[in-house]
Amino acid sequence: MPNGMVVVDRERCKGCGLCVGVCPFGVLELSATYNSAGYPVVSASHPEKCTGCTLCAQTCPDVALEVYREKAVAGSAVGSSAETPTDHR
Amino acid sequence: MSSTDTMTKVFARPRSLTEKPFTYCPGCDHGLLTRILAGAIDKLGIQERTVIIAPVGCAVFAYEWFRCDGIQASHGRAAAVATGLKRANPDLIVISYQGDGDLAAIGTAETIHAANRGEAITVIFVNNQIYGMTGGQMAPTTLAGQRATSCPEGRDVRTMGHPLPVAEMIATLAAPAYVTRQSLHDPKHVAQATKAVEKALRYQVEGKGYSLVEVLSTCPTGWRMPPAVAHKHVADVVTGAFPLGDLVDRG
Amino acid sequence: MADRQLMTGNEAMAEAAIRAGCRTYFGYPITPQNEILEYMAAHLPRAGGTFLQAESEVAAINMCYGAAAAGVRTMTSSSSPGVSLKMEGISYLAGADLPCVILNVARGGPGLGNIAPAQGDYFQATKGGGHGDYRLIVLAPSTAQEAADLAGLAFDLSDQYRVPALILADGMLGQMMEPVALPPHRDPATLPPKPWALTGAKGRDPNYIASFALEPTVLRDLNVRRHARYREIEAREVRWEEVATADAEVLLVAYGTMGRIAKTVVRRGRERGIRVGLLRPITLWPFPYSPIRKLAERVRAVLTVELSAGQMWEDVRLAVEGRCATPFYGEMGGVVPTPSEILTEVMRHV
Repeated sequence: MPNGMVVVDRERCKGCGLCVGVCPFGVLELSATYNSAGYPVVSASHPEKCTGCTLCAQTCPDVALEVYREKAVAGSAVGSSAETPTDHR
Repeated sequence: MSSTDTMTKVFARPRSLTEKPFTYCPGCDHGLLTRILAGAIDKLGIQERTVIIAPVGCAVFAYEWFRCDGIQASHGRAAAVATGLKRANPDLIVISYQGDGDLAAIGTAETIHAANRGEAITVIFVNNQIYGMTGGQMAPTTLAGQRATSCPEGRDVRTMGHPLPVAEMIATLAAPAYVTRQSLHDPKHVAQATKAVEKALRYQVEGKGYSLVEVLSTCPTGWRMPPAVAHKHVADVVTGAFPLGDLVDRG
Repeated sequence: MADRQLMTGNEAMAEAAIRAGCRTYFGYPITPQNEILEYMAAHLPRAGGTFLQAESEVAAINMCYGAAAAGVRTMTSSSSPGVSLKMEGISYLAGADLPCVILNVARGGPGLGNIAPAQGDYFQATKGGGHGDYRLIVLAPSTAQEAADLAGLAFDLSDQYRVPALILADGMLGQMMEPVALPPHRDPATLPPKPWALTGAKGRDPNYIASFALEPTVLRDLNVRRHARYREIEAREVRWEEVATADAEVLLVAYGTMGRIAKTVVRRGRERGIRVGLLRPITLWPFPYSPIRKLAERVRAVLTVELSAGQMWEDVRLAVEGRCATPFYGEMGGVVPTPSEILTEVMRHV
């Protein structure tokens, strides 16, 4: 399994929980902390399980998630994000 | 624990989105579709040619979310505004983003006639079966029996009409290049919808004419359902009333 | 040398628009302005422009909104009931600070009314018509020549101030044939640039066009800035014509078709030794309050003559402010008073 990492933009997250439901590996959960807008935010409670599959980010309605994957396996992209790895700012 | 030094970003915010946060409710598919559209603009490299037309409704702010030129249209008239923009400057990529009240009730005439003329525009049609912005009233697409604030006992098709099959209606016309109905209720369908949006835009770039991408979307607030339950409702119920798939592809 | 042709007022406005660099026209058939639509259908494509017959007046004005946003000179034309349908779009154009020219070849009303000449749309044209706190530049020709001249001016003023401009004509002006000296063709590429237009965000930040601002102070400030432009227009762009006002005892105020008839009244009155003069507003907004006020200081009466129950009359009374009598003579429903009828009315005030 490749090693991945999900980064949550706490201020964009609205705590809808859709990402928690689609993650196949139970990486994410709604935390007990709140952002400045008063939404409970998602956090990676089991980061070691993340494969960088991007399903969470592809489901997020607020573009609050970014996903990284170990460089060795970056070429075998999973998921169908329109972004290419070189596309980010 | 990994660090970003040894890792590659495999999912990033599309460049064509501005930094402005979406004003949608938690779990609303509008945001997801906005991201998909921005990703497609990036992929086709058309950000510097694109004009986004925002409707009246929950997506009224859409013209400020894209790093593209943008314009806000009056309720229902986005297809006419799109026609004016595209006819005035055919080099522009013109995208109208409209909800079901906007496109299928007050804007029915503009919608049908722009499609019938084969205007070289891309129409993104968010079908969430409700008026979200105004507080959850019945939409032309509200399902039979579905409750809304203006049909509290549920939509009675004998007096309130049937859910309007927009994609099917547009598909009867001779001119459209691409008419499809997509959904966003799970990652597989998100991927398919992404491809459909990309195709619709590509057809405009290639000069193939008018495209309509109808997208079944959720309104967790208006439907009074948690976001994940709303997605399940789309899968179990809404797709039964509004079948998914391509209806016209003259690419 | 100006190009001189015999044409109707409708054709004169259409041709002048093309010569002014109008490159998109969107319209819908309605009498008595169909010749504009038909003229544009025949001639605008030859000038490299786009003619489109829209599915409705509502669609047509929104197509103008899109074309104006793209930075291209755009026009629509209609007649009273159709202009009512355009009002929401006109309000959006005003709220988004977009230039656009709208021709209203007005007819009798309200409702379906009839197709005869009338001036019942004055309030609609000059006092809003659509929702919100906005103004249109309103120009009122009285001959085919002036219709052509004002069509060109409408495009220039609308672009300069980013305020939609409306030409208020009527069926008589639209249908009547007269010789018209046409202006030279202007190349749209030579018109002043529109850096605000939606041309694609290439090498610049995105341009956004909207009439929308949820935050009250933001919307207030947008309105305040727009109204500052309105004050500029009021200061610089008032236009009117005076006929025999120097020694007038009775001053007629009439515009458009009535202004033309009033000229005959003045001529016939003067032939009989009656000291009658005319002030003919050419801009209905901005309205010539000040010149009317000055003349009101020295005449016995300011007689407003209109093809309505008295709409411009309200502005005339605002201008006169009690300095003299302000009688009114009008006809409605497409009935046009004769010079003799008006002269009889003038005699009552000398």
